[in-house]
Amino acid sequence: MRSRKERVSLSLAASATAGLLFLLVPLGLILLYAFTTEDKTYQFPPPGYTLEWFGVAWGREDIRSAIALSVRVALVSTAIAMVLGTLAAAAMYRFRFFGRESITLLIILPIALPGIVTGISLRSAFNIMDIPFSFWTIVLGHATFCIVVVYNNVIARFRRTSHSLIEASLDLGANGWQTFLHVVLPNIATALLVGGLLAFALSFDEVIVTTFTAGQQTTLPIWMLSELVRPRQRPVTNVVAVFVIAVTFIPILLAYFLTRDTSDVNGSGK
Amino acid sequence: MFDHVSLRFGDVAAVDNVSLEIADGEFFSLLGPSGSGKTTSLRLIAGFEQPDAGEILLHGVPASGLPPYQRDVNTVFQDYALFPHMSVRDNVAYSLMIRKVPRAERRRRAEEMLDRVRLGGMADRRPAALSGGQRQRVSLARALINQPRILLLDEPLGALDLKLREQMQEELKGLQQDLGITFIYVTHDQQEALTMSDRIAVFDHGRLQQVGAPREIYDHPANAFVANFVGVSNLLDAATSHTLFGIDGATAVRPESIRIEAPARDDAVRIETVVESIVFQGQNSRLVLACDGARLSALFDHNADRETASPETGKPLAVWILREDVHRLGEGG
Amino acid sequence: MQAAHPPSTAGAWLYRHPKALLVLFLLPPLLWLGVVYLGSLFALLAQSFFSIDEFSGTINRELTLKTYRELFSAANLDVILRTVLMAATVTVAAAIIAFPIAWFAARYARGWLRALFYIGIMLPLWSSYLVRVYAWKLILAKEGILNWVLAKLHLTWLLEALLSTPVLGGASLSVSYFGTFLVFTYIWLPFMILPIQASLERIPASVLEASGDLGAHPGHTLRHVVLPLALPGVVAGSIFTFSLTLGDYIIPGIIGSSRPFIGEVVNLHQGTAGNIPMAAAFSVVPVVVMFIYLALARRAGAFNAL
Repeated sequence: MRSRKERVSLSLAASATAGLLFLLVPLGLILLYAFTTEDKTYQFPPPGYTLEWFGVAWGREDIRSAIALSVRVALVSTAIAMVLGTLAAAAMYRFRFFGRESITLLIILPIALPGIVTGISLRSAFNIMDIPFSFWTIVLGHATFCIVVVYNNVIARFRRTSHSLIEASLDLGANGWQTFLHVVLPNIATALLVGGLLAFALSFDEVIVTTFTAGQQTTLPIWMLSELVRPRQRPVTNVVAVFVIAVTFIPILLAYFLTRDTSDVNGSGK
Repeated sequence: MFDHVSLRFGDVAAVDNVSLEIADGEFFSLLGPSGSGKTTSLRLIAGFEQPDAGEILLHGVPASGLPPYQRDVNTVFQDYALFPHMSVRDNVAYSLMIRKVPRAERRRRAEEMLDRVRLGGMADRRPAALSGGQRQRVSLARALINQPRILLLDEPLGALDLKLREQMQEELKGLQQDLGITFIYVTHDQQEALTMSDRIAVFDHGRLQQVGAPREIYDHPANAFVANFVGVSNLLDAATSHTLFGIDGATAVRPESIRIEAPARDDAVRIETVVESIVFQGQNSRLVLACDGARLSALFDHNADRETASPETGKPLAVWILREDVHRLGEGG
Repeated sequence: MQAAHPPSTAGAWLYRHPKALLVLFLLPPLLWLGVVYLGSLFALLAQSFFSIDEFSGTINRELTLKTYRELFSAANLDVILRTVLMAATVTVAAAIIAFPIAWFAARYARGWLRALFYIGIMLPLWSSYLVRVYAWKLILAKEGILNWVLAKLHLTWLLEALLSTPVLGGASLSVSYFGTFLVFTYIWLPFMILPIQASLERIPASVLEASGDLGAHPGHTLRHVVLPLALPGVVAGSIFTFSLTLGDYIIPGIIGSSRPFIGEVVNLHQGTAGNIPMAAAFSVVPVVVMFIYLALARRAGAFNAL
C-alpha cells in the first residue's frame, strides 16, 4: 500500500508526452497519406480522400511477388534463428565455461556492428567463394541477425526459470529429452514464440543487409527503397507503407499480450 | 554410503574427503552453515553433481555415472521446484506419466497421495495459487509417489514461518516413521536437526566434523565448531581449562550447565565471577560473567533460581560447574 | 521405482560427459556465427588488403596497404569525421529525448497508459525502417505538414533562419544536415528508450524514497541517484544509436545534403565504382570505432543492461 500517490511533475509528463507524439505522429501521417487523392506531391492537408489506391496496389504484380519473397525469406530465417538462438540460450543458461563472455559478444555482434558491415562482409565472402546470389544468400544474412532476437527472449525466460525445475524432472525419472519436452519447452514456449514473431518482423523489414545479399531479387523493403529514391507512383507507395506497418503491428501486439504478465523487455536487442 | 567422496568447484573443495554410512530407514540430518558442503553432499546422492574422487554407494551399488533419473532416490527441493505450467495433480503424477502409467491409475494414485499430505481437493489448482506450506506438501507428495527407498530433503522448511515449520517438523517425522524409508535431511537449523533426526552429520568447510545421535552431539561435541554450532557453548582455551578444571586442552561448557546455586555434590567446581551484563529473555536471563581472564555465558532461570538473590550487574557471583559437564574438545573445526 | 536401465544409454553417457552436452548445444549456433558471420568479417578484412588496378578496374588479389593509404586522404578523413560527429550528436540528442519517456514509462505509466507507452515505443522500433524514413520525406517536403504547421503558427521565419545557418542549413530541410540529424534521431530513438527504461525499472522504489527521506530535493535525487543508476542503460542504448548512425547509408541519401557519410561512400565504392577493396577498407572504419566504443561501454557495465 502506498500512503501517498507518487506525484508526476508537470515537466516530466509534458516531455514524455511530447516524446511519445514525436514517435507516433509520423506513423499516423503515413496512414493518412494512404487515402489522399493527390498523386504528384506530398501536399498537406490532403485535398481529398479516396480508397482507390488500395485496389491499384493490390493489382500490382511486382508488389505481390516482392511480398511473397519477403514472407518466404522471413519464415525460413526465423525458423533457423529459433533453433540456433534457443540452443545458444540453453548452453549459456545451463553451463558456466571458459570463453562464455566472448560467445555473448559473438551473438550480439551482428546487431552491434553497423548493418552495412554485415552486408558488405557477406558480399565479400560470396564474392571470394564465387557463390551466386539466391534466395539462400538472403536467408544466410537474415538468420544471422535474427539469432540474437530469439536468443535474448529465450535467455531472459531461462534466467527466471529455476535450475531446480530441470533437476526435479530428472529426479522424478524423466531423461534429458523427456525433461525438455515436458518441462523446458512449456516454460519457454511463449518467450520462444515472441522471439520468433520479432525475428519475423525484423527480417520482413530488413533492407540494409539485404541490398548486399539479394542480387537482382526484390524483397518488399528493396521495392520500397527504390520507390523512395525514385518515386514513380507515390500513392501506391503510401498504401504499401501502411501494409508494412500493419504486418509488423500484429506481431508486436501479440508479443505484448504474450509477455504482459512476465515483464520481459523485448526488442532491446533488435 | 559415502566412501572418501570429494568434489571441488574451482579452488574450493565443496565436499572434502567425506566418508559416512546411513542406515536403511533412518532419519539422517546433514547439519552445517551455508557453504559447509551439506547441500552438495545431498546433490551428490541425488546425482545432480558427480564426485571428483571417491564413490557413492546406494544400497551397496556404486552410483557414479548413474544420472538422476536412474536412481531410486527422490528429492524435495528448497524452492519446491513445482512445475508452474502443470496442475497440482499433474505435478504429483509427473513421474507416473514419464513411466507411462495409464491415465486413470495416475489420477487415482496422485489423489491418494494428495489426501495423504492433506491436500485433497486441491488437485486442479496451479502451484501459483497455493500457499508456501501447501506447495511444500505438493513437493513432498510428488517425491513420494514413486515410493523411493531414500527421500532427500533440501532445507524443505526454510521458507516457512515458525509456527508452520514446527507443525511440518512433526508431520515429516510422522510420515517418515509411517513409510519406514530413509530420509536424508539438509538443514542449517540445529534445533530442527536435534528435534527430528535419528542421527546427525555436522559439516563445516566441506569436511565432516562429527556424526552421531542428537544427544551425543549435543553432550559430547567433538570439537569447538560443533560445540558452538549445535547449541551455544562457552569455549575455554587450554590455559583457562587448566586453571579452572585442571584439564589439559581446550574445553566447552554449555551455559545451562553453569549453576547459580550450589549443587548437593562435592565434586562441583566453584568459580568466583563478576556479573558483567544481564539480558532479560523471558523465562531466562542471559548473564555474562567475568572470571580469571575468561568470559562465561550463563542462564539465570527466573523460576528455578528464584530462591537465590537476583544477580546484579557489577556484583560478584559464585557459580558451580559439574566435572561431567566439562567437555574436552578435539582438534579441527 | 525407476527401472534399472543399464547405464549405457545415450542419456547416461551425456550425463557422465556434461562437456559433450555443452558442445552439442553450442556447436550449431557457433558454427553458424563463426563460419557465416566471423568468416565474412575476415573476408571483408582480406578484401581491404587487396587493391584495384586503376586502368583495368580489376581486383588485384595481392596483399597490400595501398588501399589503406588512399583511405587516409583528406577527403576521406573529412567523411569519417563528419559521420562520427553526426553519430555522437544523434546519440546525445536521443539520450536527452529518451530519458523522460523512459522515466515516465518505467515509473508512472500504469494500466492503459502503460500499454500505450509500450505500443508507442515498440511500434516505431519494429515497424519498417524505410516506412519511417518515408514518413519524414512526407513531413519535410515543401508542401508537407511541417511547413503547413509553421505557416499556421506564423513561425516560417524561424525555419528560414535555421536554413540560412551555414553548415547546418540548406535549400530546404530535406536537403540539410539538420534534416538528416532529425531523421536519424527519430529513427534510432526507440533503441535508446528501451535500455534506459529497463535500467530504470530495476531501481527499487525504496532507493528513491530513501533519497527523498534523507532530505534530497527531487532534482538532487535525479542527479545523484537516478542518473548514475540509469547510466548503464544510457550507454547500452548509445551502442545502438552510435553504431546504427555510423553505418547507415540510406537516410543521408534520401534526406540530407550532397556531402557523403561513411555508409554512402562504402555503397558507392562497392556499387557503381566497383572498388571492392576501398569499400572494404572503408567499412573497417566503423568496425574499429565500434570496437573502441564497445570496450569503453563494457567498462561502464552496459552489457548487463542490453
